[in-house]
Amino acid sequence: MTKLKLAFYWAASCGGCDVAVLDINEKILDVAALADIYLWPIAMDFKYKDVQALDDGFIDVCFYNGAVRNTEQREIAELLRQKSKVMVAFGSCACFGGIPGLANLYGPQEILDRVYQETPSTVNPERVRPETNWKVKEGRLTLPGFFSAVYPLSDIVQVEYYVPGCPPPVDLILRAVQAIATGKLPPPGTVFGSDKTVCDTCPRKKEEKKVKGFKRPHEVIPEAEKCLLEQGLICLGPATRGGCGARCIEANMPCRGCFGPTDRVLDQGAKMTAALGGMISSRNETEVRAALATIVDPAGTFYRFTLSTSLLKGRVRPVEKGCPPGGIVAGS
Amino acid sequence: MPGSDATSCGILRVVAGAEQTEIGTGVQGMSDVRTGVYVCHCGSNIAEKVDCARVREFASELKNVVVARDYQYMCSEPGQELIRQDVEKNGINRVVVASCSPRMHEPTFRKTLETAGLNGYLLEMANIREHCSWVTTDREAATEKAAALVAGAVARVAFHEPLEERFADLKQRLLVVGGGIAGIEAALKVAAGGYQVTLVEKEPSIGGNMARLDKTFPTLDCSACILTPKMVAVAQSENVTLYTYAEVEKVEGYVGNFQVTIRQKARSVDTSKCTGCGVCYGKCPTRVPSEFDAGLGTRKAIYVPFPQAVPNKPVIDREHCLQFTKGKCGVCARFCPTGAIDYEQGDQLITEEFGAIIIATGYETWDPAAAPQWGYGRYDNVLTAMQLERLVNAAGPTKGKIQLQDGSTPEAVAILHCIGSRDENYHRYCSRFCCMSSLKLAHLAREKTGAEVYNFYIDLRAFGKGYEEFYNRVQEEGVHFIRGKGAEVIRKDGRLAVRAEDTLLGRYREVPVDMVVLNTAAVPRRDSEKVGQVFGIQPSPDGFFLEAHVKLEPLKTATDGIYIAGCCQGPKDIPDSVAQGAGAASEVLSLFAAGKVKISPVVATVDSQLCSGCRVCLPLCPYSAISYDEVNRTAYVNEATCKGCGTCVASCPSGALSVRHFTDEEIIAQIKEVLAV
Repeated sequence: MTKLKLAFYWAASCGGCDVAVLDINEKILDVAALADIYLWPIAMDFKYKDVQALDDGFIDVCFYNGAVRNTEQREIAELLRQKSKVMVAFGSCACFGGIPGLANLYGPQEILDRVYQETPSTVNPERVRPETNWKVKEGRLTLPGFFSAVYPLSDIVQVEYYVPGCPPPVDLILRAVQAIATGKLPPPGTVFGSDKTVCDTCPRKKEEKKVKGFKRPHEVIPEAEKCLLEQGLICLGPATRGGCGARCIEANMPCRGCFGPTDRVLDQGAKMTAALGGMISSRNETEVRAALATIVDPAGTFYRFTLSTSLLKGRVRPVEKGCPPGGIVAGS
Repeated sequence: MPGSDATSCGILRVVAGAEQTEIGTGVQGMSDVRTGVYVCHCGSNIAEKVDCARVREFASELKNVVVARDYQYMCSEPGQELIRQDVEKNGINRVVVASCSPRMHEPTFRKTLETAGLNGYLLEMANIREHCSWVTTDREAATEKAAALVAGAVARVAFHEPLEERFADLKQRLLVVGGGIAGIEAALKVAAGGYQVTLVEKEPSIGGNMARLDKTFPTLDCSACILTPKMVAVAQSENVTLYTYAEVEKVEGYVGNFQVTIRQKARSVDTSKCTGCGVCYGKCPTRVPSEFDAGLGTRKAIYVPFPQAVPNKPVIDREHCLQFTKGKCGVCARFCPTGAIDYEQGDQLITEEFGAIIIATGYETWDPAAAPQWGYGRYDNVLTAMQLERLVNAAGPTKGKIQLQDGSTPEAVAILHCIGSRDENYHRYCSRFCCMSSLKLAHLAREKTGAEVYNFYIDLRAFGKGYEEFYNRVQEEGVHFIRGKGAEVIRKDGRLAVRAEDTLLGRYREVPVDMVVLNTAAVPRRDSEKVGQVFGIQPSPDGFFLEAHVKLEPLKTATDGIYIAGCCQGPKDIPDSVAQGAGAASEVLSLFAAGKVKISPVVATVDSQLCSGCRVCLPLCPYSAISYDEVNRTAYVNEATCKGCGTCVASCPSGALSVRHFTDEEIIAQIKEVLAV
């Protein structure tokens, strides 16, 4: 039997998705028996030119994790697309922009100023900034260019499948690999996971959703049996695709929404906001405002993983000079 | 490895096969959509500001559009025929009509589609009149916006699905709230049709404001003489259940099936024993200013408001009754021959079901004490028009004698029109009946006292049948008319004087009189806001209840099955109130005669494959239409109760709930296209 030809790549991500692949432990041997790997920067030494040398469509499946933030990530995404029959957006960052997508609340110049100037630990009196192109006496040095926003993989290349999760749970990875290995594939566009939300598999008891305000996980020891939302903890379970096995909730942590919305929902954060709005028990304006004030960092809470794919896609901000939307930041 | 062999890997076959369907649209058979677009000129209403031919050309280029036309009047028979012809000859299966508000003609065109064999919901209207031509003078901007709205409608209609209207049972019982002339008329008309009617009145007797009047304009009929037969008919009708001294506390449900809770306030009188003999209020030692007499006379603490009250059963005013305030007296109980007095009686809650509700809660008159310039409450002999009505009335505090505080007869009387009406400082609207009631009071004052009577008016509005003739008659009787608003009432030389600018003479005038009558504005009842909330009906900016359409649906409200009649909708005279009462009755009779209510198919639905039973939606439904299905562990929508408001849909975090005809797909497609143009 012909072995599957796989590639793994990481872009704007933390590396957790790659570690999750390794977390399948001894089953990695089954994968090794089934497949040959042609690119995996975290684990194996391949060069981009090795991939460039392959025939188009040579790789059967590419698992691409991380969002697309710079020109290098786009270049490799396009290269792997060309060389792969099936492109899988692997992990929440590739699927929805993920945590890096929250950077869309700021412009690229704001980000560079923050990182290279304003953080308390930064000492940079010469105001040095990274340059995409720099001439030295040996020749020219280049760095990838910084986009004005963070993009999910599907904004850059066509994607066949989505395996969400931060990181994707092991059993879901195995399901995907087995589906690929056996050729039992769902229609393109499918997101691996449940059609229903996390609540469907959540073992907690749900009664009436009425709260006076909200609490953060460190402020309360939740009752073990009762719905976390009904205890005032902001749990994104109702607005989040299931398939994770409610693993955070099992550990007394409210769902953070890493599987993104269900197929029917355009904007996970808007949906959760609307749902919470209906849960506040008071109809008195002052009390409602007080309840809302207990929500710390609404954008980071409701759009923790999906800001890049939300309706607004980020904060509406003035177009920065030299940096049209979707464009690349010029060297400073 | 033979990597380029496409058959070597199962993936490829599946992917290649599936690539032919459009990823992400989720819509089957979109290629079958054949849309016809019809741009209406509405005479010049639209065509004057919108270049209809350009919009038609633009529409013809849009996706799925197979035919685009513009026409003078799409709602006309030939206009509708265009659609029918295109269904037949061009095979269109979606229709976009760009014309007026769907509130005007959506039913028309739905019917058109149905007569052409298409489901009525395969229609979308683009409102290029109210939203385009009527809101700008800029032809270019109006045309561009019309094009954008048409593009949105074309994109949306592709997602429309055929929907079927259904019917639900209806309770053929009517609730009338308010026992004034409008409510009485409505109740009697529907009762005469053989249906059960419950009439709820807040006061101890029905009759309303009309019962307080002496004569009615322009015929000078005795108000009581024409009203009391109708009041008695209410009492005698087998089909009318009357609750006086009662209020509606809660309304739930929907057209055809309202559940209403009525609070019967404690009368402290057992009406089943009371014969109405009147001994109790004859003996009662406590006198209280009479509300019915506008504070001029007194009544007892146990009382019927007026002699012809229906029902003729007293109530105890617990705020003033010594038995309740001091814990001793008991005179009425001692003298009552039938033992009907019951100090222990409590409020009673009655729950009944009704198919329709008519609200006829009437009006009250503005209290001119708020405006010191007219002297009301500061000077003796400054009265309101209602107080003069009570003085003139033979059953009133002076037995019909118009007299001053000291008992003497006035030699000169001023009647001031538009007090608090047509006045930027108080109420901008015209109270409609005060011109005529001022004329009537002028006639009565002149007839009864022979006094000189001065009418201070801004404009005289004598618009009804026989009104102008009555105005002429009163002029011929020697009543003076001064065209100028009474600006101030002062005391001078031991008499009163009215200051005004006589706009016909162009001169300032100060007219000495003995009595000033302020004809004050008709205003919404002070509890009308609360009443509105109980019934879920809206006020218009002036505070009176809002009708569904000011011209064409004057008796309906935004809530199906709830109607309004009489002065609660705005000031009106007796003939108009009666007409509205009868009109509202006719609305109800046609509803009842149909025997069932049409249920819009535009309701929320739950995709049980998607719902994970999080219960977020359950407490949000204003109609209690959502419940939790314990077996399937999903939400369940009762389609008969659902009004399609979409509250649950907005809140549903999984997207399992949607409203038919307003799906995300439809709305997003529409918004995208509108913004793209």
